Amino acid sequence: MLMFILRRLMQTIPVVIGVTFVVFIIMQLVPGDPAVLLAGEGASKDTIEAIREQLGLNRPLYVQYFDYLMNVFRGDFGVSLKNSQPVLEEILVRLPITMELAFFSIIITIVLGMAAGIISAVKPYSLTDTTVMIVALLGISLPSFWFGLMMMYFFSVKLQILPVAGWESILHVILPALTLGAGGAAIVARMTRSSMLEVIRQDYIRTARAKGLRERVIVYKHALRNALIPVITVVGLQFGALLGGTVLVESIFAINGLGRMIVDSIRMRDLPMVQGGVLVASLVFVIVNLCVDVLYRFFNKRIELN
Amino acid sequence: MNAENRPILEVKGLKTHFHTKRGVSRAVDGIDFTLRKGETLGIVGESGCGKSMTSLSILRLIPSPPGKIAGGQILFKGKDLVSLSEDEMRKIRGNEISMIFQEPMTSLNPVIPVGEQIAEALRLHQKMSKKEARDKAVEMLKLVGIPSPEKRAKQEPFQLSGGMRQRVMIAMALACTPEVLIADEPTTALDVTIQAQILELIKDLQTKLGMGVIMITHDLGVVAETCDTVAVMYAGNIVEHAPTNKIFSDPRHPYTQGLIASLPKIHEDQDELKTIEGSVPSPYNMPLGCRFASRCPFKQPICHERQPELAAQPDGVKVRCWMYTSQWTEFQQQEAVK
Amino acid sequence: MTLEAKTKQTVVVTQTMNHPKESKLKDFLSILMQNKAAMVGAIIILFYIIVALFAPLLAPYDPYEIKLENKLIPPSPDHWMGTDDKGRDILSRILFGSRLSMGIGFTAVIFGAFFGIIFGLVAGYYGKWIDSTIMRIMDILLAFPGILLALAIISALGPGLTNVTIAVGAYSIPLFARIVRGSTLEVKRLEYIDAIRSLGANDITIIFKHILPNILSPIIVQGTLRLATVILSAAGLSFLGLGAQPPSPEWGTMLSNGRDFLFSAPYIAIFPGLAISILVLGFNIFGDGLRDAFDPRMKK
Repeated sequence: MLMFILRRLMQTIPVVIGVTFVVFIIMQLVPGDPAVLLAGEGASKDTIEAIREQLGLNRPLYVQYFDYLMNVFRGDFGVSLKNSQPVLEEILVRLPITMELAFFSIIITIVLGMAAGIISAVKPYSLTDTTVMIVALLGISLPSFWFGLMMMYFFSVKLQILPVAGWESILHVILPALTLGAGGAAIVARMTRSSMLEVIRQDYIRTARAKGLRERVIVYKHALRNALIPVITVVGLQFGALLGGTVLVESIFAINGLGRMIVDSIRMRDLPMVQGGVLVASLVFVIVNLCVDVLYRFFNKRIELN
Repeated sequence: MNAENRPILEVKGLKTHFHTKRGVSRAVDGIDFTLRKGETLGIVGESGCGKSMTSLSILRLIPSPPGKIAGGQILFKGKDLVSLSEDEMRKIRGNEISMIFQEPMTSLNPVIPVGEQIAEALRLHQKMSKKEARDKAVEMLKLVGIPSPEKRAKQEPFQLSGGMRQRVMIAMALACTPEVLIADEPTTALDVTIQAQILELIKDLQTKLGMGVIMITHDLGVVAETCDTVAVMYAGNIVEHAPTNKIFSDPRHPYTQGLIASLPKIHEDQDELKTIEGSVPSPYNMPLGCRFASRCPFKQPICHERQPELAAQPDGVKVRCWMYTSQWTEFQQQEAVK
Repeated sequence: MTLEAKTKQTVVVTQTMNHPKESKLKDFLSILMQNKAAMVGAIIILFYIIVALFAPLLAPYDPYEIKLENKLIPPSPDHWMGTDDKGRDILSRILFGSRLSMGIGFTAVIFGAFFGIIFGLVAGYYGKWIDSTIMRIMDILLAFPGILLALAIISALGPGLTNVTIAVGAYSIPLFARIVRGSTLEVKRLEYIDAIRSLGANDITIIFKHILPNILSPIIVQGTLRLATVILSAAGLSFLGLGAQPPSPEWGTMLSNGRDFLFSAPYIAIFPGLAISILVLGFNIFGDGLRDAFDPRMKK
């Protein structure tokens, strides 16, 4: 098990380096000369040249990338083009808020999704099953930004039982977390159901029946444990979609997290902030994926590394 | 009739049908047999002949829908299993009638330690405490010849070899000392050497526990080694039911004869294995007459018109074929006149 | 000694006789037709395509014409879905918006599928270091959570419809590449590929004439489901102000505008959202149906 974690960690390193490279390259695609942008309109040629020299923009691309990589490892993500504050400082303020939102959302995804999937699978093709699956289909089809707005309209404007926006009390968490977690819950529900139905057909379930066990014991003791193993992977992938979704949900509910920071920075063409935000979010996702793989391995000891 | 000889399981006119979009599949279509205490009954036939469905029907484990026991009785110690409630049936499964399945690799739950898989039946049926059940599970593992059973009991199936898993299956099936054991192709998935060991083990435990065994197989070698009597199934029917030695020395039904003839013989030079020409009728569309008629070398018009009964011969062998009826010479003469 | 081996041959023969090759497409279509949900999906998609094609004929008003005296009229017989804050007819805008969403969706998916298929085919067919190099790059692209890769690309290229299309298309590439690679590996193992190679066919012929046609079904299923995601993502980016810009009748942009009037005129936000939801639902259920029809294991 320890070997597995170590090997898996080793595999993560090239991915992390690759992610920094992609982020670096994308920023090179920006049309126009960054030095000119930075110097502002009407700057003299000398000023521009000085900035270029200062930022090392006149050096070969691979040297610039290497510098960038080293800086990232040192925790230096550069400074914001708008207020010259270090990017990392801003990120460290924003990240906990986004993680909190992501945490509540993934809980909703897991609990709601698995519960719905099990309810469906216990009585397949029944009215309950059909209803749950139609709701799940709607869950993956509704745009989160619209669903969020509609819930805001209903609960905050019409019923006035939940706050419209902001991030202060637990009441502020409910709508954003539900908005962000609903899509994932729908996917997890569908996956749990099909996994359960697949497992129910297995030989060992027949063995359990032949032992005279009650249907309840068969479903919850023999089937569920096996059925949930593949769902772990889906939950991991959903976490990625969810992190991406914070961009929308934080914008709708005016939450000052990482996602909103990235969007605002794109609007203001503050590229170091975008770069830093995307990089940190991706690193979080890579780490979560690593944990998910270890968990999967823990529950399913039969798999080998590749 | 002495106690040792009394029937424990009587199957009468059992019919198991599957209702699907394509129509009704008559997988088991009216079969009768009796199993006595201490006896081993073999049910042989090709895949799809209904032998596995017969065994699943006895425990009422047919996937339903689409499957359904459409008729007949299954009398276990005089009680008709077909009419029992699901709750009453559960008390019999794994307790009084047990089953071993074909695939040891997939028939054990991959995430539950094997000891626990044995123990849960004991807690359920014998009302044992957790500790008692655990100890008994280890004892069972020992009984089926698994070395260091205490350690193995805590392991999960993926840590065991195929032969060992089948031993675990047997331990699980026998934990509650059932009166009937149904073994559905228990050795098919195993290596030849392991096969012999497992069969030996089943025979051994049968003598010790005095249970009746139904051995479902397509392997005539297994039959020769383990069974007292054999029922040959073809297309949902029993076509011949006889003591094992008679099946091999004096097969009556043309299908049985074909099977025996197709066995490779060690002492003769054979260029090729004999096979039976033609194919099995579809269970969705069974012919009116004898189901083997289209492949039978001796067929007469009557064979396509009416199905023969499974009738006892003077020596007790039961066979479902017009050839062994009193009217057979008549049919032949009629045909000759034409 | 076994009886099984003997019957196998006859079984194989009857199976091939029951399923001649020509009836494969017919079988597939009949399974698809039987799947009621898939048919509902197909009808929804068809409906949107017709709307997109005939939007100018169907729309009762000019989607761009500003008439401030008509602003914020709730749904009524004159304006079925009401008017927005600039007096534009929402129904007309939604009808025209279908052209944008469908256009972005199909373009982005074709773009993503094109590169994904090439990468996947090359990786799967040549294997070895080519495979591992391509797939590692795809892994890196998949390490960006959800929509963030698209966001990063837009941050570099700048906001706008074309850039959104490129961005959401680009982040579909690794998904297609993975699926195509997996199927290619399966097909490559088949004996007839070896036979064709021994007859002297070159790699290009084998890849495009013999492998690609055999792996179309997973590509089509993935493409359909991907259309749903891509349309959602593009609308989301427009909602954030990074895609289509006002006064474009793009649904995400309309929704974003409607958000400012959520208290007073919720219908401005409700209808564009419904339009997106129903279209995406259509692609999702049609994709599910296709998958069931292609996958014989799902047949009951």
